[in-house]
Amino acid sequence: MTALPAAHVPPRGRAERRARTRQLIAGLAWCSPWLIGSSLFVFAPMVMSLYFSFTDYPLLEPPLWSGSSNYQQLFHDPTFLRVVKNTALYAALSIPLYTIFALVLAAAMAGRARFTSFYRAAVFVPTLVPLIASAMVWMWLFNGEYGLINKVLALVGIRGPAWVVDESWVPVSMVLMSLWSVGQGVVIYIAAMQDVPRQLYEAATIDGMNAPQRFLHVTLPMISPAILFNVISLTIAAVQVFAVPYVIFRRPDGQNPAGHYYSMYLYENAFIYGKMGYASAMAWLQLLVVMALTGVLLLVGRKLVHYSRL
Amino acid sequence: MSNPSSHLESRSAPLRAFRHFALVLLAIAFLAPLVWMLSTSIKPETQAASGELHLLPAPASSTLAHAADNYSKVWSDRTIRFPLYMRNTLIVAVLGVVGMTLSSAVVAYGLSRIQWKGRNIVFFLVLATMMIPFPVLMVPLYIIFRDLGWNNTLKPLWVPAWFGSAFNIFLLRQFFMTIPTQLDEAARLDGCSHWSIFWRVIMPLSKPALAVVALFHFIYVWNDFVGPLIFLTDRDQFTLALGLQLYQSQAGNTPWNLLMAASTLMISPLVVLFMLTQRTFVQNVATEGLK
Repeated sequence: MTALPAAHVPPRGRAERRARTRQLIAGLAWCSPWLIGSSLFVFAPMVMSLYFSFTDYPLLEPPLWSGSSNYQQLFHDPTFLRVVKNTALYAALSIPLYTIFALVLAAAMAGRARFTSFYRAAVFVPTLVPLIASAMVWMWLFNGEYGLINKVLALVGIRGPAWVVDESWVPVSMVLMSLWSVGQGVVIYIAAMQDVPRQLYEAATIDGMNAPQRFLHVTLPMISPAILFNVISLTIAAVQVFAVPYVIFRRPDGQNPAGHYYSMYLYENAFIYGKMGYASAMAWLQLLVVMALTGVLLLVGRKLVHYSRL
Repeated sequence: MSNPSSHLESRSAPLRAFRHFALVLLAIAFLAPLVWMLSTSIKPETQAASGELHLLPAPASSTLAHAADNYSKVWSDRTIRFPLYMRNTLIVAVLGVVGMTLSSAVVAYGLSRIQWKGRNIVFFLVLATMMIPFPVLMVPLYIIFRDLGWNNTLKPLWVPAWFGSAFNIFLLRQFFMTIPTQLDEAARLDGCSHWSIFWRVIMPLSKPALAVVALFHFIYVWNDFVGPLIFLTDRDQFTLALGLQLYQSQAGNTPWNLLMAASTLMISPLVVLFMLTQRTFVQNVATEGLK
């Protein structure tokens, strides 16, 4: 760009253009770590996996073009259909429950009432626990014989289920575990609630609104950008859930079919069955689903979310 | 500061008492898993796997002895080598945190303090990559690192951090945007280059945000399970996350007391770190990303 002939440009314009070029070079240089890193570790892999998804690629041999057969095969693969169903059910149950729970807790803890910082810490500490450690702890809590949960239930005369073994209880266990990390959402919502101008509440009170009405008509709209942001992150995370179910629902004879999720099956295809092409087709479908869901949420958000700032 | 609880402010004493009661129950429920983990970790195996509901092992006086026994067993086990996994995880964490913080700050500077054509496009690309699920990149990354000869070393786990990550760049960029530009202009009039503005003006003013990024990455490394699962096969290279699941996969009979002791050991650095930095953490973590 610097080499462009600039003979006809008046001196001031040329100096300006040179300054602009210098800025461009500086900007690119400062961004180069990410530009290089994302090309190597994000964009190139994406292109590679798109290509692999149209091939037969058994890891130790070079990929062989196979057209759309991987994609066609997927829709006749009962395990694939099952993991899609499990993952969708998990997302559909956990995201709304998590969001409602986080909002209620944030509302109850947003003030400066006594002990608030203790409650906040109690809710936040579990989010620090590494996934794999939390999987271990919950596996122990859920243990049918000696687990804490069933022991406590027995105290009140309830015979607890086999939480991680019984297929119909697997989705419930997953949702319970996801709610344990609700602290992340709570912290985000508390921060957002603290930014809501107090005058709005005063005006609403003068207009005769009671507390629940103020929450619905003042708090919720004012913090809706934070809610949208959090729901999008939760969706992206739910679609790729892996570590916890991988550990918790593993049985001697293989994975509990109700506790088998999309990313796990992708991983198994790639690294256990050596079907890299098939796994790549799953990867691209996953990417398309995430992009579509994010797009839909952003569109819905444009209608519902209130962005004006006072 | 405004009173943020205004929407639910309850003036009546019974309502307030009820709220506290509910919150105390909730706090207990949230902490119970961790308390039970600790409790199991200090019991002998026979007592851990029993129908009883006690916090301490049977003669309470034996608590310390059992605790010492379990934790030293975990620490000195010959097949599941906890200190080695701790060392590996620390290497990945320290190298990663330094690289992540530095390079994310550099990129964030380019996206906030320099005006250039294309800046918004790059910023949009940074945001867009945040939604790419890791499993999408799993297969090609495995192949790339295999061809580089990096698989089964710790490199795939920390080298990419030296190129920044979308979320941390975003976080720092938002923070840098709040620093008045007059500061740079004054420095530039004094003949400062971008490099010295970055080091002498922006970085010193951004310590809290940089601390958050460093903490985030540390937690990320401690948490990461899928990465090590794919790139590491040799037990000598394992990180804590991989090592911990060895306890469970070993045999049918999980030694619950040892597993809980190991989990406690894995969690404790994070809890200590959290307590040391609680202020910065809770105040900045949530808010920075949203403004």
